[in-house]
Amino acid sequence: MENTEIIKVQHLAKNFGSFQAVKDVSFTVNKGDVFGFLGPNGAGKSTTIRCMLSLIKPDNGQIQLFGKDLKNHRNEILSKVGSIIEKPDFYRYLSAEKNLAIFARISGKDVSKREIAEMLDFVGLNGRNRDKVGGFSHGMKQRLGIAQTLLHQPDLIVLDEPTTGLDPQGIVEIRNLILRLKSEQNKTVILSSHQLSEIELISNRMVIINKGQSIIEGDVKELLNAQEMVVQLEVNDMEKTLNVLNLRFGSASFKQINERIIEVNIEKQLVPSLNQTLVQEGVEVHAMEPKRKLEDFFMKIIQS
Amino acid sequence: MLLKNTYNEFIKILAKPRSYLGIGALTLLVLLILFAMKADGKSFISFVTASFEQTLSFNGNILNGNLIAFIILQMLIVHIPLLVSLVTGDLISGEAAMGTIRMMATKPISRTQIVLSKFIAGAVYTLILTLWLGFLALIVGKWMFGTGDLIVLNSDGLVILKEQDILWRYGLSFGVAYLALLTISTLSICLSAFAENSIGPIVSTMSIIILFTIIGTLDVSVFDSIKPFLFTTHMASWRSFFEDPVPWTTIRNSVSILVIHNIVLVLIAVYKFNKKDITS
Ligand SMILES: Nc1ncnc2c1ncn2[C@@H]1O[C@H](COP(=O)(O)OP(=O)(O)OP(=O)(O)O)[C@@H](O)[C@H]1O
Ligand SMILES: [Mg+2]
Repeated sequence: MENTEIIKVQHLAKNFGSFQAVKDVSFTVNKGDVFGFLGPNGAGKSTTIRCMLSLIKPDNGQIQLFGKDLKNHRNEILSKVGSIIEKPDFYRYLSAEKNLAIFARISGKDVSKREIAEMLDFVGLNGRNRDKVGGFSHGMKQRLGIAQTLLHQPDLIVLDEPTTGLDPQGIVEIRNLILRLKSEQNKTVILSSHQLSEIELISNRMVIINKGQSIIEGDVKELLNAQEMVVQLEVNDMEKTLNVLNLRFGSASFKQINERIIEVNIEKQLVPSLNQTLVQEGVEVHAMEPKRKLEDFFMKIIQS
Repeated sequence: MLLKNTYNEFIKILAKPRSYLGIGALTLLVLLILFAMKADGKSFISFVTASFEQTLSFNGNILNGNLIAFIILQMLIVHIPLLVSLVTGDLISGEAAMGTIRMMATKPISRTQIVLSKFIAGAVYTLILTLWLGFLALIVGKWMFGTGDLIVLNSDGLVILKEQDILWRYGLSFGVAYLALLTISTLSICLSAFAENSIGPIVSTMSIIILFTIIGTLDVSVFDSIKPFLFTTHMASWRSFFEDPVPWTTIRNSVSILVIHNIVLVLIAVYKFNKKDITS
């Protein structure tokens, strides 16, 4: 069952008036992936996700879920998907359990009252079943949103920035929940974020999008441990350091930041020997900080 | 799915305070009229009928439940649209404002079914409002004022309807009044599909009613050709059942125009909601 394509988005485009929110986004999510959808604010993540859930109609491109075209198999597909988009919204004047019952009723599966109560327990809202959602904090609504997402036991879970507004403990809980969904139930999860560190912690594959375009897609570990890496060195003697680099590490390129700090672009396996050589030549290395290329790359994207 | 979501819509309407606002306001208004009539109805009536009193013969008292119900319908049919649209104008746009429409639209239920279930729920709410009005006006009215013959002042003179000749007229006229209110409900739900806030459709519905009513009453010949097609012209059709003989062709015409309005408005709403990008 591995490598069954659950999501296949090709050349997606969407305009709002004359503004191109999504220009050309393509990516593929396989069964069992925790797929990171990474991009800075305004990159087009939510717009892409809205297209995938038939909330908005793309101007161009194809969307296939579970191997089927979204346009022609909408209801069949959506019955296998659970989602939160941007923020969970509920009927303020109804209780938590009534809200879940309402959404469960149109989810395409039969969900019992007991399952609703168990789900509220599961997301840590036990005891609040009958309280009106109007009085819930943002974090509580987010938890209820997760409950709503999982209630009908979907195969694919779409989470658009699920951790915004959560406290550190809440963030960790969601992270663990996603990992459990993958490992225990072999669910497929796609989650959007504007933080590489968040994606890095839980995703196995990812795509980076910026200004409405997908830039790079692949295995998270491979992307992060690309052979070339950037090391930032803090040294007491810049002259000697430059000498060492020029004479002994001709393949490395570098950029001097200031009197004491220099950034070196070097193959990963050469890093220990660089360190050793500098020490042998009498250079005091005060700090040696790896700056991975992807993070650098992502920062550049955000800044540009 | 349509049934399941219609059930959901009922739950939502039942839980919203504003749904009770309409029923409450209606109850208050009717009770107000009933007590005013009880206190001072005799002088109100004698003012109208003084000139006829010697020449006509009535069975029982003039100020009876049948007349009271007629007066109440006459007075309130103008105001009930506000109470209806207060709830129905919010059905789609209120969910857009709250963000829940986004949650609904990611479920395996078609947009058409979402809209249709809202129309059904709106129709049932309007029916309950109409039945409640009928109960208060006719049953409570008869209980407070007794029964008797009904005199109605029409444009072509005074009509006296015998006591046993009245109930069926009320039955049918409430039916037509319901159809007129249903048109209001449908109109406001249709407008609701275009809006993202709940106040807009309510205000627009009322503005349209006021505008059409003004066009309908203006005696300007340019409007004469459109007047028969305005739904507001047919809002008072329920009254025709109290003419003698009953003008069946006029009524049939009114009913068809109202039904056509309902169908067209539903189709517009379904089309619009299906095409809409949900960005809330
Ligand atoms: N309804 C809309 N009308 C006009 N422009 C819109 C609309 N929705 C989104 N946009 C624009 O499209 C672009 C992409 O927005 P989108 O919400 O997809 O970004 P995002 O990647 O989810 O960002 P964030 O991390 O802030 O959530 C933004 O520039 C936004 O201003
Ligand atoms: Mg977003």
